[in-house]
Amino acid sequence: MPIEPTVQLVPALLDSTPRLVPALLDVSFRDGYVGSVVAVSLYVSLTAVALSTLVSVPAAVAIGLAEFPGKGFVKSVVNTGMGFPSVVVGLVVLFAVSNQGPLGSLNLVFTREAMILSQFVLATPPITAITLAAVSGVDDGVRDAARVLGGTRVDVALVVIKEVRYGIATAVLAGFGRAVSEVGSVLIVGGNIASADGISKTRTLTTAIQLEARQGQYETALVLGAVLVALVLTVNAVVVHFGDSGVTR
Amino acid sequence: MSIQRREFVAALGAGAVAGTAGCSAVGGSAGGDGGGSAGDGESGDESENGNEGESGPGVAGETLTLTTTTSTYDTGLLDAIHTGFEERFGVSVDAVPKGTGAALRTARDGDADVVMVHARGLEDEFLRDGYGVNRRDLMFNDFVIVGPESDPAGVQGMGSATEALTAVAEAEAAFVSRGDNSGTHTKELNLWEAAETEPGGGWYQETGSGMGEALNIASQQGAYTLSDRGTFVSQRSTVDLTVLVQGPIEDGPEILANPYGIMAVNPAVHEDANYDLAMAYIGWITSPDVQDAISEYRVDGEQLFFPRAVSEDPDFKQYVPEGWSSERDDADA
Repeated sequence: MPIEPTVQLVPALLDSTPRLVPALLDVSFRDGYVGSVVAVSLYVSLTAVALSTLVSVPAAVAIGLAEFPGKGFVKSVVNTGMGFPSVVVGLVVLFAVSNQGPLGSLNLVFTREAMILSQFVLATPPITAITLAAVSGVDDGVRDAARVLGGTRVDVALVVIKEVRYGIATAVLAGFGRAVSEVGSVLIVGGNIASADGISKTRTLTTAIQLEARQGQYETALVLGAVLVALVLTVNAVVVHFGDSGVTR
Repeated sequence: MSIQRREFVAALGAGAVAGTAGCSAVGGSAGGDGGGSAGDGESGDESENGNEGESGPGVAGETLTLTTTTSTYDTGLLDAIHTGFEERFGVSVDAVPKGTGAALRTARDGDADVVMVHARGLEDEFLRDGYGVNRRDLMFNDFVIVGPESDPAGVQGMGSATEALTAVAEAEAAFVSRGDNSGTHTKELNLWEAAETEPGGGWYQETGSGMGEALNIASQQGAYTLSDRGTFVSQRSTVDLTVLVQGPIEDGPEILANPYGIMAVNPAVHEDANYDLAMAYIGWITSPDVQDAISEYRVDGEQLFFPRAVSEDPDFKQYVPEGWSSERDDADA
């Protein structure tokens, strides 16, 4: 039964392609609406990923270079974290920042800061796990060479980080992709708020898409989806560009 | 002793707000007489100055968090009227759209200052549990039963909503339910109960989605559904559905009435609730001017909401849970 609508939808979608394209061109927004929504999306996700990177990369390098009992278990926990449903993370963060919660006195509920917090929780596991995998893949010889050449622990760590910079870039992009595309947690802790004149306060691209879809404005939702894809593409291009210039330097 | 002092300060604060509200209401209506959108802007500036100049620290610069239902939010009514409130008081309103159940839960958790919802039973529970104070009837529209033009269950023109639902159930015609503890969902469940029919089986589908999505799903599947008139009107052009049973606005049965209420969050339960601003908002939205603005709001040339707050007759039922009486409460105690 649940499969049936999908089956009907596919030919319907193909049939309606000629009709859909002009409809997409007709979509219009209030002044400043899309810009403010994009700004909120970028601000929240980039901040969350930056904070997460500051925590995840050192943690991953430390775990990767150290040998201790239970290392495998720690890795499993981090890998499991990649599968956290964003709605559950949103609920947990909501309980924390809600007026009744431990952080209630900070008045964070329905703010961008709360959204950053939930996206931080979401982005940390993938960034840690991918960095960790990259660090584990570094040839033992590199580490040994650095050590033999008289490097301290910090020196060894820096050499390893340089060695795995592509892995770290991939990790950060994966974290950004996870953060900017999730809708569950920012909807719950952010509230999807825009002011009466259409300027976003806690509305991100994903929650704006959800809102339009709820109202049956599928064309508008698709246009916003295209904006989101373009945004992710741009961020990826920027990161890859910096990665390449790092090689030539 | 300290509590008394706090109450005194609170009373002072409330007095200041009431005074400010009075001043700005005068300023606002004077500006409004000038007419035109430019005139409105000026009156907003005037009242802002009034706030700062006459009563010291008022509510200016604060933020009111309003949780409301998706059916109100999605019609665009709040965006249309809130600018007036924001300009008059120099504040901003964060409107958070949720289903009625979720909106009330957010307020219970102390994360909202004021709630605007449409399920009297849930509102009464909220009041009885002490979370809400100063409930006012705000406005109403009605629910309609919509379905495909072909009308496989033959409910078109039925004068009774319960008979119509019974007919849908007997024909086992597809019916889409919101299934999300929203005001509309609550109303639908009440209707099934009144019809003494237990919905279930393959024809009855709970979507767990907003009204707009539910209408789209019903349209795709040629199913019946219960919708508030506002959402249906604002989406009528994109769905293949038609009104089969009218609500009371078009002389349909009274059981399909859809009254909206507004309540402030009890500041005794949640100290952080912005009670002053919540009461300023309730006062503003139930004022004759704004009630007029609500009745003038149109989508597709059709009126979506009918104001209910301004009435010559005292309507005490709006303040207390339905069926409440002081005698009975004394007897209970």
